[in-house]
Amino acid sequence: MRSVTSGDLATLSLGASFLGAGGGGDPYIGTLMARRALGDKGSVTVVDLPEVPDDAICAMSAVMGAPTVLVEKLPGGNEPIAALAALERHLGKQITHVMCAEVGGLNSTLPIATAAQLGKPLIDCDAMGRAFPEIQMSTPTLYGIGASPIALADDKGNSVLIQAVDNHWTERLARSATIDMGAAAFIALFSQTGAEAKRSMIGGSLTRAESIGSAILQARRVKADPIEAARLASGAYRLFRGKIVDVERRTQAGFARGSVLIEGNEVDAGASLEVSFQNENLKAQLAGGPTIATVPDLIVILETETGTPVTTEELRYGFRVTVLGVPCDPRWRSPAGLELVGPRYFGLDVDYVPIEELHAQDTAHG
Amino acid sequence: MRRLRIGVDVGGTNTDAVVIAGRRVITFAKRPTTADVLTGIVDALSQVLGEVEASDVDALMIGTTHFTNAVVEANDLARTGVVRLAGSATRAVPPMTDWPPAIRAAVGGDVHYVSGGYEYDGRQIGPIDFDEIARVGRTLAAAGITGVAVTGVFSPVRSDQENQAAQVLQAAAPGLLVSRSTEIGRLGLIERENATILNAALRPLAARIVDAFEGAVASLGIDDATLYLSQNDGTLMGADHTRSYPVATFASGPTNSMRGAAFLSDETDCAVIDVGGTTTDVGILRHGFPREAPLAVDIGGIRTNFRMPDLVSIGIGGGSIVRDDEQVTVGPDSVGHRLTSEALVFGGRTLTATDVAVAGGLARVGDPERVEGLDVALVREALAVIEDQVAGALDRMKTGPDPIPVVLVGGGSIILGDGLTGASTIVKPDHSSVANAIGAALAQVGGHADRIVTYGTGSRREALQKVTGEAQRRCIEAGARPDSVKVVDLDEVPLAYLPSNAVRVSARTVGDLP
Repeated sequence: MRSVTSGDLATLSLGASFLGAGGGGDPYIGTLMARRALGDKGSVTVVDLPEVPDDAICAMSAVMGAPTVLVEKLPGGNEPIAALAALERHLGKQITHVMCAEVGGLNSTLPIATAAQLGKPLIDCDAMGRAFPEIQMSTPTLYGIGASPIALADDKGNSVLIQAVDNHWTERLARSATIDMGAAAFIALFSQTGAEAKRSMIGGSLTRAESIGSAILQARRVKADPIEAARLASGAYRLFRGKIVDVERRTQAGFARGSVLIEGNEVDAGASLEVSFQNENLKAQLAGGPTIATVPDLIVILETETGTPVTTEELRYGFRVTVLGVPCDPRWRSPAGLELVGPRYFGLDVDYVPIEELHAQDTAHG
Repeated sequence: MRRLRIGVDVGGTNTDAVVIAGRRVITFAKRPTTADVLTGIVDALSQVLGEVEASDVDALMIGTTHFTNAVVEANDLARTGVVRLAGSATRAVPPMTDWPPAIRAAVGGDVHYVSGGYEYDGRQIGPIDFDEIARVGRTLAAAGITGVAVTGVFSPVRSDQENQAAQVLQAAAPGLLVSRSTEIGRLGLIERENATILNAALRPLAARIVDAFEGAVASLGIDDATLYLSQNDGTLMGADHTRSYPVATFASGPTNSMRGAAFLSDETDCAVIDVGGTTTDVGILRHGFPREAPLAVDIGGIRTNFRMPDLVSIGIGGGSIVRDDEQVTVGPDSVGHRLTSEALVFGGRTLTATDVAVAGGLARVGDPERVEGLDVALVREALAVIEDQVAGALDRMKTGPDPIPVVLVGGGSIILGDGLTGASTIVKPDHSSVANAIGAALAQVGGHADRIVTYGTGSRREALQKVTGEAQRRCIEAGARPDSVKVVDLDEVPLAYLPSNAVRVSARTVGDLP
């Protein structure tokens, strides 16, 4: 991918929904903003991560808070720019390259709008390889790169600059400010040099979202199996196929937690799979049997017929679904990575085993 | 004296009218829908009124497509002002961004962003500026614009600013018709604003249509009858209400049809399976109302947040073509309306679902002798395929694993037997071909409220009561007898990524007509 135009957005946001692993928010608002910023003929230059100059000044542009709020209180449009400008003022340097914080969901398309408005290049990379709920859950944290200084901006022209002692504190303080700003705020964070970004970021993320999205759309066009197309494009394992027979939700400390029970059909007839979630899907476990995937690997629930990713908010009795498991970025599998985003961080009493090992015997897959 | 209600439903092909006394169908009529819609309605009404005493008619309920048609055809839409109470928020997505150009051109869209709006928790983004709004009113009046849509950020959470802005606009420009978004839609600014703009653009037409209906009522000699119109959620509104909220009539047809089926069968919590010539629709009734689809409806290519009934449609109907290749298949192609000439039992040459139903002894239509020679195994297999597919669709719509009652309607329903996997009972009511008009005739009045509330310690009950109270108030305002109003639906959805116990609560109420 060398540039993004308005015509690429639908494909990209479909792939981003897949990589959201059940969360990340609806890319719709980000897509509308990007479409408006790009106009009919505009495009954003996309730079491959290895091609970024070492002395580039890179920063992420993202939105923090509740996607539901953003659907009502739409952005003014200047907030992402204001956040980057506030960060630049603090750094005393111009940001040269824009980056995505996460490739899953809303934050995949929003930086396209930011880059288009500023006329700056976007790097084909992200910091999660999926969607995660908190700022510190970013690969640069593993390299000791600070999320702060972080700048937050709202619709009214307020901006806040936070300098925190570590990335957990950045998350905590930024979350508080976000709630005061109306539960959704635009942020600029993780400023770093091109040389640092090449080590700390996950390269090829937008290309990946684009290729997953286009594989699903292409399969639909030629009446092929969109699930199989998505599986091949993402390097996923097919975990389970069946019908949703129960969805349980509860609010816990403000998080939408819950679980969904899927009764198997076809090759999985007779078995049941429980997927637990907290905004994103966290764990897939066979009923009365072993765990077959956990966070940080991606657990993606797709509508079997269309290959449309189903978010945790949309899960409903009767959906015919296929569950795929996608290996996460290898850095999440290090002890430090698992401390940030492993199953125990999310309160699950289970050790992480990479999905490849859980499915090593399963030669039919992947 | 018998107290009669007449229900009229305008469909794509036919306009149906039905006369109801209490819970009994007295008579009904089916007339072709006309291009002007009104003529078809008067035709159908005239026919049923020939069979009853006009002075016995208490109420006339009309489900019409006038307003949907006006939008789709970009016809009869008035030029409209658009006011957003948002401060500097929301400008990334201007009003009417994704609208089809023809409708946008018809509505014009004189857009004004003004101060105001709320945050999710009811705090003000900023106060409204009375002078600024008065200036907008005068500007609109000077441009000859007579309707305006006012939409405030998070107005479903707090409506004060929208109400104040409406008063100021009317004071500054007497005669200006103001539509407030909080009265029209739910959370989701773009969709609510779209519906509000369409509403404002339809109000002059609404006044003419309601006048025409009232004229027709008088000319048909039923001037004692109160006139109501069907709304998309299956409830009614009075004629005066319609002048102010024409947009609420959008997409009322499918809802009327499902509610009519429920009435005919006396079920309030059930599945409705409507078998037509080509397709079968399966929907779910909960407390007598259709479960809503999760996705919003497009009207003429414009996103709104009106909900259609949640339906799953499969390619099985009375005219579905049956084939015996490597395995027996039924549909999705169908002989459609040519059933009565192409099916074997009607002397045709195509093997259809109706033919196997007759051969299998499920139905008696046409000439059964013409299918006597059919292979017994083929008939059995084809009927199994039909049942399998319909049972599969039913299973997708159910909310739990237990079997539920099923109401079977539609001309094609003869292709199904008395048993269906997933169904606890199957009812095939009479008069199911005019279920839509019956649904209109028997509808109740409804109210709806949708808010984001923050639960503090122990205040959940209070918060829920506030939302249900709002829905009850609206139901009474729409004409319900206060003592009959009850809550039929209460939904709580926690907001993701927001650690502050904020929950979106929506409540729906219904009540009886006086």
